This record gives sequence, structure tokens and C-alpha cells, in this order.
Amino acid sequence: MSEIIKHGVIHEDDWTVLRLGEGEDATSVELPAGRVIVPLAVWLARRDTLGAQAEAGVLGVWLAGTEDPATLADDLLRLQLIAVDFPKFADGRGYSIATLLRARHGYGGELRAIGEVLRDQFSYLTRCGFDSLQPATGRYTRPQLEAALASLKDFSDPYQGAVDRAEPLFRRVTRKVAA
Amino acid sequence: MYQYDEYDQRIVDERVAQFRDQTQRYLAGELGEDEFRPLRLQNGLYIQRYAPMLRIAVPYGNLRADQMRMLGHIARTYDRGYGHFTTRQNLQFNWPRLEDVPEILAKLATVQMHAIQTSGNCIRNVTSDPFAGVAADEDIDPRPWCEIVRQWSTFHPEFAYLPRKFKIAVNGAKEDRAVIQVHDIGLDLKRDAEGRIGFRVLVGGGLGRTPIIGEEISPFVPWQDILSYCEAILRVYNLNGRRDNAYKARIKILVKALGIDAFRSQVEAEFAHLKGGPATLTVDEVHRVADHFVDPSYETLPASDAGYTDQLAANKAFAAWARRNVRAHKQPGYASVVLSLKKTGIAPGDITADQFDSVAVLADAFGFGEVRVTHEQNLVLADVKQSDLFAVWEAARDAGLATPNIGLLTDIIACPGGDFCALANAKSIPIANAIQARFDDLDYLHDIGEIEINISGCMNACGHHHVGHIGVLGVDKNGQEWYQVSIGGDQGNDTALGKVIGPSFAADEMPDVISSLIETYTANRHDDERFIDTVRRVGADPFKTRVYADREARKQAHV
Ligand code: HEM
Ligand code: SF4
Repeated sequence: MSEIIKHGVIHEDDWTVLRLGEGEDATSVELPAGRVIVPLAVWLARRDTLGAQAEAGVLGVWLAGTEDPATLADDLLRLQLIAVDFPKFADGRGYSIATLLRARHGYGGELRAIGEVLRDQFSYLTRCGFDSLQPATGRYTRPQLEAALASLKDFSDPYQGAVDRAEPLFRRVTRKVAA
Repeated sequence: MYQYDEYDQRIVDERVAQFRDQTQRYLAGELGEDEFRPLRLQNGLYIQRYAPMLRIAVPYGNLRADQMRMLGHIARTYDRGYGHFTTRQNLQFNWPRLEDVPEILAKLATVQMHAIQTSGNCIRNVTSDPFAGVAADEDIDPRPWCEIVRQWSTFHPEFAYLPRKFKIAVNGAKEDRAVIQVHDIGLDLKRDAEGRIGFRVLVGGGLGRTPIIGEEISPFVPWQDILSYCEAILRVYNLNGRRDNAYKARIKILVKALGIDAFRSQVEAEFAHLKGGPATLTVDEVHRVADHFVDPSYETLPASDAGYTDQLAANKAFAAWARRNVRAHKQPGYASVVLSLKKTGIAPGDITADQFDSVAVLADAFGFGEVRVTHEQNLVLADVKQSDLFAVWEAARDAGLATPNIGLLTDIIACPGGDFCALANAKSIPIANAIQARFDDLDYLHDIGEIEINISGCMNACGHHHVGHIGVLGVDKNGQEWYQVSIGGDQGNDTALGKVIGPSFAADEMPDVISSLIETYTANRHDDERFIDTVRRVGADPFKTRVYADREARKQAHV
């Protein structure tokens, strides 16, 4: 069990993220029991057999920073969970991948940030369309996570549009010229 | 100039609160060094050789008198009484305490200032022409567009963790004074055949260790689409720029690797999805922003002020200053004044707390309360009545800001170098000062005419050495500080990268090297030819030959 933030609330979570180890192969790797998020390669290799699990909401797919979200374009209605991996928190490709999944491809299911997911990036991650944030297990104490939740509201009115609010400030409100 | 409304103000206030919390968690050991680094960098905070360095944003170089006073207050209270203007029109404090930074940011926020995105791998402070709005050769005022880009890029959630930093510059005049060709994105304001406004867009320029001149990615992007177009460029870069090697991570490397045509097709494909989307600019928004940049209430004056003409004739020192430090203005009877931060013996770009105050007084009394920063590290009072010039000169002279050297040899651009910067191979400031000391004769300086010497302490090129007519680069040779010299670089419309003349020099040789270069120029020049023109016409060889022959002669003389 790990604690994640989902829709702005702390949740116990039982999904396992499967990462291919040295010498493991997407076609043959054994999937752990329970709810599992598999690498894109596993999904692409075994889509036919895994499809039902995905539709039942017990199997999700994760993308690496190098992977094109368009690869999943035809699967988006079946998938209920897609995760994007942050190998390092400073590797910002995931923000664009999430934006594309949501804004370009219209993905509406759970979008989860995994990997090195740190609280000081929560707000940007959320704005790019992640609705669930999974820091490494044990990375934060409960009080720290609670404080982090508060920081999701650090900025009340961002300038530019993003996935969470598509319209930029100049379209959301009437800004007057100060006299 | 732009004034915050409640939204702008709330954003900087919220940023202060956020950074205060992050700093507290860092000091409490909750936030590790590696995790804190990008957070502090995105608030302009470096940890330097001796102390932290705080870089404060001066959006496209625009400042107000009250902001100058606040900077003076901060210099006095939290620093050692001075600050440093940079080639990106920002301001750096070299000695703040980390613990004080949240407080400094809070004070800055009270005068609508911040340090947001002045460092880190994000979109940096937008830079532009220091004479925007007043230059006679301006087609379109770049400032509203800079402000629009500033707001769009501030806390852009998708582009806060790019492969590397990202710099955008905007030009709206015939002569580019914003060095747009060496920026990640250069925006050149244009009108199409029907007179509609848009941008010629350059991409992939940059200095640093691999200097590259930007290439045109689009001849004309209509203004409505400019943010969407930038977003397309940034997204392609964010997804495809190299992240395995920080030295190859700038967009220029991606553009070179793909070739401009392939890069353009990726951007166009992305842009096709974004065009017409919510980021499309509206007439209302552009007008709202542009209303902040209307002309101040100029008086109707004759083109030339009789009193000013008399003062010029009567006072040689004033005339020498006016010749270099006063620029023509679009409005009859007005002029722009450059306040020199290049006094001999002072680090180029340095300004004391008292000078901040003096400039504020001058701006209030004679300049509609506004000040600009140039990327050559000087200050500008953009709108001064000709009839006030004499008073401005006297006050500037008393404040040590009237060195009559703008555009001349002693108006040197230099990075902080080894005196402050942890990355330096060599010191920059003492080299600048030694050169200034050598060329202290004003008549000779005027005779040499316009020339730009740019000095960087390492190949990161903060001192723009690649685009100096003479470029000086600090290099490390077996743990010793040496200097590589290049000539033929230029900025502006004729942007060119200088070529290294040969083996490097020890610090104490540098004034002699510059003398040799200058003497070669004066011996070869045609009438009215600037140093750079002569270099272009005769080539680098005569300069090289002379510099190394003189060096040999000096060695012989010492044996
Ligand atoms: C003292 C602390 C400073 C540090 C640690 C620092 C660090 C760096 C680094 C690492 C780069 C190269 C980045 C790259 O090529 O990707 C760079 C470039 C640059 N810096 Fe600085 N810098 C400092 C101060 C300054 C100052 C004072 C100025 C202005 C005088 C400045 C202006 C620039 C400019 C114009 C570039 C070149 C941008 C380009 O490559 O297009 N920096 N700096
Ligand atoms: S050029 Fe090098 S030495 Fe100079 S400030 Fe930049 S990083 Fe430091």
C-alpha cells in the first residue's frame, strides 16, 4: 500500500508498477497479481490478452518520457489508468506527454505521475492534467502530504491556459487597465 | 511602463509565500540540496563561489524610480552596498544571505518586482531594445509583446523543466538592439503587405560553448498566433531536446541535429493543432497591455533647444558627454540619455546603493520616472527634454554615472568572472579594468571610435565574447588564468561570431594585446571606418601578425 494524492485527496493505493528488469521481455514477463500498471511495451505486445483487464480497471499502462502518447490514441477509451514516468523530477517531458494525452487525444481516465514525483512539482503536474500523483512509497509522511495538498492551491489565477483551465487569464476574466 | 493589476500582484505575492515555505523546508533539512536547487534557481538564487547570488528580473529592461529605490535599499540592507546589471538586463546581488532571500523577495513584490525564472531550465526573462518606444528607427513597439510573452511564460506548467534554459528576445526596430539572432527564440516584429502585425521567428541561436546564430523558422507568424507558435516550438523542444548531456541540451543543438527544415515541420505539425486555440491572442488583451506603453505626456517643443545648443558650444566636457551618451529621440525637443556604468576601475555593470537612489531622483525629475537597462550593462533615461540635459549631466557626473564612453572602447561588457562565479576559468573584471586604465585618454578614445570589447570568464559566454568586435575568453591552462582573443564578432543586424586570433595570453599581456589590435586598426582604417569595418575589409591577418610580433618584441625586450 502506498499513499497517493488523487483528485486532491490522500488515498491508500494498491496499484503495482511493473518495470521490466534486466533480461525481461515484454512478451513473456509475468504480471504480478492484483492491480498493475504495465510498461507500454507490454501493452503493445499483449494488447489482445490484456484488453479485458484494462477495461475492468485492473490494468493500466505507463509511458516513459521517450514514448509518444499518440501510440495509445486508439486505446484511450479502454484504458482507465495511464501513468507517466518521471525518471528524475527535473525531466520535464512528462508534462508535455500529459498535456498531449488530455488536450490532444482527449483522454479522460486517471492520469498518474509515477517515478520521482515530488511535492514541489505537484501543482505544475496537476495543471498539466495529472489527477493522481504517486510519490515513491515512504517518501513523505502523512503530515508532509497534507501540507503538500495545501500547496496545490499556491497559485489562484495562473496567467496561461493549461489542461486544468484551458483558457488563459485574459479569457477567463476582464482585466482592466489601472488608471 | 507596465503596472501590475490585482492578478499580477497576487501571482508575485503567492510566489513569495511559496518560496518562503520552500526555503524553510530546505533550512529544516526536509528538502534536499538536489531537490531545492531547481526551486531556488527558478527564483534566481545561485550558490556562488563565496556567497549566494540573487538575480532579480528586470522584464525587458524596464524599471521605475520606486523600483530603483527599493534596489538601493536592498543593496544597503542585505548586500554589501552594490548590485550588478547583467547582459540580460537583469540585476544581481552578490552577497545576500540565503535566509534573507524570502524577505528580499517580499520587499521586491511591494514594488512589483520578483526573481521568477531568472535562472533554471525554464523560459527566462524576456529581453528587448532599451530604446523601445523612443527610437526613431522603430516600426513597432516591442514592449507590449514582451509583456504578453512574460505573462504567458511565467509559471508555464508544461515548460518549467525543459532540457535547458530558454531565452526569448523581441525586436521591433530596423536595427536589432536585442541580439535576437543569438536567442533560443528571436522575435522580430514585422508588418505584412497589408500592414498587419506579426513576427518573423528565429530559433536555435545562442552563445555559450557552442555559439550558433539562429535560423528563420517562420517568415511571418500573425500576432494572434504568436503564443501558440511559441508553445509549439517549446513542446517539440521539451519532448525532443537532449537530456543526457547538459552541454548539448539547448534547443540550438536540436535544431542543428534535425536541420531547420525537419525541425520546422515538427513545429508546424504541432502548431496546426494549436492554431486558433485558447492561447490565441485577442485584440482586447493586446490593447489592455499596450495601453501601459503609450507615450508619456510630451511637451510640444522645437526640434532643437537653443539653450542646449549654447551649452554644447560653451562646455567641452558636456559636449563630449552629449556626443557619446545622448541619443536622438523620435519626439522633437527630447533625447535619450545613457548613464554609464563603465567608469574605469569599477566592475562593468556595477551600481552602488547611492547610485540607485541618484538614478531614481534623475528619473523622477527628468525622465517620467522610468529607467531602462541595456544589455551592454548601462542605464537609460529614455525621455529627457533637451533643455534638461545639462542638469542631468551635472547630476549624473556628481553620481559617477557620466563617463562619456558609451560605445567606446572602455564601455566593456564583462561577466562577473572568477571574482564571483564558481564556474569561471579566469577573472574578467580586472582585465576590463586594466584595459580601461590603459585607454584613459578621452581624445584617443574618441579617435578610436566605436568598438565593443566583450569579456567572459569561461565558455558559458555570459559576457557575450563571441559577438564582441574584440572578444576575450578566460581559459584555464594548467591551473593558470589565460585569455583567448577573438576579433570580428558583431551583434545586431550584422551578427557574426568572432574568430580566435591565435594562442592565448597571460592577464598582464591583455592591455598590450588590445593596444596592438587598436594600432593595427588606426594604421589601416579608411575615413569613418569603425574597427569592425576595418577587420571585415582587411581580414584578421594583419591584426594577428601585429599582435604576435609585438608580443615577441616585448619578450625580447625583457631578456
Ligand atoms: C555569477 C553567476 C553566473 C552563473 C553561475 C552563470 C552561469 C551560466 C551558465 C552555466 C551559462 C551557460 C548555459 C548554457 O550555455 O546552456 C550561462 C550563459 C549566459 N549567461 Fe550566465 N552566469 C552567471 C552570471 C551571469 C551574468 C552576470 C550575466 C550578464 C552579465 C550572465 C549572462 C549570461 C548570458 C548572456 C549567457 C549566454 C546565453 C546563451 O548561451 O545564449 N550570466 N551562464
Ligand atoms: S561566463 Fe563563465 S565565468 Fe562568466 S559569469 Fe558566466 S559562467 Fe561565470
